[in-house]
Amino acid sequence: METQIMSCESDDLNLKATELRLGLPGTDPALEKQSSNKRALSEIDSCSDAKNGEQDRRAPPAKGQVVGWPPVRSYRKNCLQQKKSETDGSGMYVKVSMDGAPYLRKIDLKVYQSYLDLLKALQNMFKCTIGVYTEREGYNGSDYAPTYEDKEGDWMLVGDVPWEMFVTSCKRLRIMKGSEAKGLGCL
Amino acid sequence: MREDRPPPTPSRGGAYSPPPPDQVLENVLEHVLQFLTFRRDRNAAALVCRSWHRAEALTRLELFIGNCYAVAPRRAMERFRRATAVTIKGKPRFADFNLMPPDWGANFTPWVTFMAQCYRALEKLCLKRMFVTDEDLELLASFPSFRELVLICCDGFGTSGLAVVASKCRKLRVLDLIEDEVTDDEIDWISCFPEGETCLESLIFDCVECPIYFEALERLVARSPSLKKLKLNRYVSIVQLYRLMIRAPQLTHLGTGSFSPSEIVAQGDQEPDYSSAFDACRSLVCLSGFREIVPDYLPAIYPVCANLTSLNFSYANISAEQLRSVIRYCHKLQIFWVLDTVCDAGLQAVAATCKDLRELRVFPIDAREDSEAPVSDVGLLAISEGCRKLQSILYFCQRMTNAAVIAMSENCPELVVFRLCIMGRHLPDHVTREPMDEGFGAIVKNCKKLTRLATSGLLTDRAFSYIGQYGKLVRTLSVAFAGDSDTGLKYVLEGCPRLQKLEIRDSPFGDSALRTGLHRYYNMRFLWMSSCRLTRRGCKEIAQQMPHLVVEMINGEEEEVKDDYVDTLYMYRSLDGPRADAPSFVTIL
Repeated sequence: METQIMSCESDDLNLKATELRLGLPGTDPALEKQSSNKRALSEIDSCSDAKNGEQDRRAPPAKGQVVGWPPVRSYRKNCLQQKKSETDGSGMYVKVSMDGAPYLRKIDLKVYQSYLDLLKALQNMFKCTIGVYTEREGYNGSDYAPTYEDKEGDWMLVGDVPWEMFVTSCKRLRIMKGSEAKGLGCL
Repeated sequence: MREDRPPPTPSRGGAYSPPPPDQVLENVLEHVLQFLTFRRDRNAAALVCRSWHRAEALTRLELFIGNCYAVAPRRAMERFRRATAVTIKGKPRFADFNLMPPDWGANFTPWVTFMAQCYRALEKLCLKRMFVTDEDLELLASFPSFRELVLICCDGFGTSGLAVVASKCRKLRVLDLIEDEVTDDEIDWISCFPEGETCLESLIFDCVECPIYFEALERLVARSPSLKKLKLNRYVSIVQLYRLMIRAPQLTHLGTGSFSPSEIVAQGDQEPDYSSAFDACRSLVCLSGFREIVPDYLPAIYPVCANLTSLNFSYANISAEQLRSVIRYCHKLQIFWVLDTVCDAGLQAVAATCKDLRELRVFPIDAREDSEAPVSDVGLLAISEGCRKLQSILYFCQRMTNAAVIAMSENCPELVVFRLCIMGRHLPDHVTREPMDEGFGAIVKNCKKLTRLATSGLLTDRAFSYIGQYGKLVRTLSVAFAGDSDTGLKYVLEGCPRLQKLEIRDSPFGDSALRTGLHRYYNMRFLWMSSCRLTRRGCKEIAQQMPHLVVEMINGEEEEVKDDYVDTLYMYRSLDGPRADAPSFVTIL
């Protein structure tokens, strides 16, 4: 048992060294360790696991994802897949509203790689300035602040959580006027 | 043991000769044994002596075949000549997860063929994981008293088979299709029910992925006054649901279909008052469906929440907040199935209200091992604290802790079924980084009524030592990607006297472990081991030592000759030797 765990750890290190990181700097290393621990001890899995985003780019998916695991019946997977494809599979469209604008827009979050990308696109689309995000102050000082509604129905400031987490939990965006957003920036 | 005695001699000259005492006893026995319903009791009675065996066989009305290959149709039906209700189970459960090539077997045809001779009076049939053809259904439909058909996880038939059943079974009361794969033969089977009042009590077809002709369904429901259970497929829109509900306010079980409008509903469109339709269903206790739910319509179900004992949201992509708005009324809920989109917060809401909860299933919306599951140990802990009467749980997650599992073992002593699926393989406790041994150990130790256990996460042989030591009532055990060595499996085979069904995949157990179970296998329904460390020789040894065991080696699809290891071992006891219908990829040792 000891040796197996040891080999797991050393694989861990190798993966870390070569792995592309998509998260914001300062992402919790424990979370990353968890994802690389998914290396199986069985002989089926022989190629390295990758983070969510890289999954699709890997050549034969067969070895990384094991047949019949997790044990969910295909009927159920297919039913839910249909709904998912409206969100994850082929683009992840969310509505974007801006205070004062006459109508809403829709953007595909999958198209962007990072917050920087997204904010640039939003600024272009709505012809506004959003400014720079800081953890302490949010977007204080700018004309507008981007906010989003998450899966639980709460309105959050864009930028607090790692990009991946944001993409999967964002249901819609709202670009608030800076004056209204003041409260959000202060901790 | 008594001999078969000749029939009593007829009286002569009008004098009455009372039947011999044996005959009296047997008549009495038959009358008394009629009242025995539990299988286990009947099996025990049949072992007393030959006359009890005979009497029991003649009075058994419900025949249960746990493994269709354990006994030949002829033998079963000749012993129990008067059975009118039959249940047959076919493929092992891991076949549901594509671990078995198609066309493996579990064919219903040999059974129905024999039934056509021996069981013409058949009334009820329940099949699980069997391969059923349209022709089989057609033959069934010809039985004059046939009235109840329940098919669970079956395949091989289509809507044309359903059409025949609908049109020819004049006494049909129950047609329940549950998680079957039904091919679309483009036949409007609903229209095939005969005109006039039907005796339908239950019509469940939510798994049938074919459009139906709604007007025919509406007319059918309107002329089925005894209909209590109706579960629609996703091709029924919410407007259509409304029309059905107002015709059937007597429903007790409802599957709502898509629960969304069929077209975009524009602002200002006149929509029916869905809430009033639900309000009219005063007897509704079981609600499911919501296959394509538009959450705006959820409030329509508020009127029935207080009476619900069973709620299935496992196809509904709803948030914690949306769930909260419903669950707060569901005080009587006993069975709850849900998607993990409700997050830990949603589960906390369930724990706060559903004090009577007996069964909980939390399914993943994204069933991939590296998905981000929004439920975790937090949700499990909340449930354990709020729902003390919990008996059965199935929980998919990515993050779990031993502490939460231990808490559940202590808070929920009534647990009979504990199935935890940590989707990432070999994941340890996400806080302590330890294996999940202690958690599962606590479950087997503290839950004294536990009969079914499914493990996951990083587990060492120690977990299995706990299972062997404490899992004295465990009948079904599912293991995947767990253990370190043969010792793990040995603990289980030596320690669990009630073990019936053991299914293992991708775990490092080999021939030596297999050998330690020799004393067990005749008392088990089956053993499944796939992608473990068994060799052909090891399996052959078992086959040679145990003549009444059928030892199947099933080869996976692609044949890269890996190593000596057997892909899949599936073995089970049988009274009638190896089956004759094994396909080429199955080798029976």
